[in-house]
Amino acid sequence: MKPRPFDYIRPDTVEEAVTLLAEYGDDARILAGGQSLVPMLNLRLVEADALIDVSRVAALDIIREVDDKKLGETIEIGAAVTQNKLLAWPQLSEKLPLVAAALPHVGHFQTRNKGTVCGSIAHADPSSEIPLTLALVGGEVVLTSQGGTRVLAAKDFQKDMLTTARAADELVAAVRFPIVKGGGIERGVAFREVARRHGDFAIIAVAAMMENKSTVRLGVGGMVGRPMVRRMATDDAAHAIAAWADELEGYEDLHASAAMRRDLFCNLAPLAVKEAIRCAA
Amino acid sequence: MRRVNRNERVRVGLTLNGRKLSAQAEPRTLLCDFLRQALGATGTHVGCEHGVCGACTVLIDGIATRSCLTLAVQAEGREVKTVESLAGADGTLNPLQQAFRDNHALQCGFCTPGILMSFTDYLARHPHPSESEIRDVLSGHLCRCTGYAGIVAAIKQAARGE
Repeated sequence: MKPRPFDYIRPDTVEEAVTLLAEYGDDARILAGGQSLVPMLNLRLVEADALIDVSRVAALDIIREVDDKKLGETIEIGAAVTQNKLLAWPQLSEKLPLVAAALPHVGHFQTRNKGTVCGSIAHADPSSEIPLTLALVGGEVVLTSQGGTRVLAAKDFQKDMLTTARAADELVAAVRFPIVKGGGIERGVAFREVARRHGDFAIIAVAAMMENKSTVRLGVGGMVGRPMVRRMATDDAAHAIAAWADELEGYEDLHASAAMRRDLFCNLAPLAVKEAIRCAA
Repeated sequence: MRRVNRNERVRVGLTLNGRKLSAQAEPRTLLCDFLRQALGATGTHVGCEHGVCGACTVLIDGIATRSCLTLAVQAEGREVKTVESLAGADGTLNPLQQAFRDNHALQCGFCTPGILMSFTDYLARHPHPSESEIRDVLSGHLCRCTGYAGIVAAIKQAARGE
């Protein structure tokens, strides 16, 4: 229950961090909040030659508005921003209502104090809340290396269970969520999940966001290796959800069979759709 | 930039309960083990060692943190507070501790230091929590003795300032 030995390096700047990543490549892990990485190190499920601790890089501890080429106005959240820092950000529910609904489901108060938003994205657990939220709102991931910066859509970033498009020398420097403006229909959001206990990893998580009065965008985590998103008509949502559940099949693990996952999804998703409709009204 | 190689032991300094202290640590030394074994502050308990049980929760710069998911070197230069910081020098319990005693909020006491530190942070930020908010924060801790009712009652009492 103690980690194997590793080098510990705490850069002060992004430049130092990406130089270290170029030096160590695959053998290094980025440490930010450590709420997923350190348990895996303690349990020796993961080995690393080096941990690069970016938690004190001031330039990464920033929540700011960024005008994005594709998405327009976005909120950019740096790699050192903790989940509780974002949750306590006064403009959160106004600008990112779905994030405000999803974040309280992420772990516990104590783990949100250290766990970072970008860390959840980089870890890419198939049932975790932040990647599902980013996928549903069509957000982006900002990757920085010595060669420069590239920006990937959430759907192009998370490939499969714990697998992303990040290259070994790239740092997940920030994520971008598009801003929801005014009192529009996109304020109609809902987030629901089923977990063994509150704060555990979800077995199934669903998120919903209204696109217009008759169309909802629905996302599901915990069915396949990455969050899936589909738009559907609100008046036929139950059928569309059932058909989608059969298509996705669902995976099986210690916590639930594939059939149970489909069943949970078919029961939970219509509730989220109803809640989003109510929330928009 | 701070760099420590894997087989190196370095001096890690931090402020523990108001006192500047330092001791040797490897990069992989967990903060909970550093506090208990290197600094002798054994009030912090180590349960699951993967962030689930909450027994090892301490404050780092006022923020409730799992010390089993924090490396000692990460706490370098920080202000760490443990359960030893709560009672007065003469052993007088602070209001939160007294409320735990009044409401039978502990039996074996293994989980108690972590719960006290979590709510020291939470109540400082949210002085008037609802019962459901208390239960939500408490879900980050496992107690196998009490069934939690006494703990909830104690925290409500402390929040009322009684």
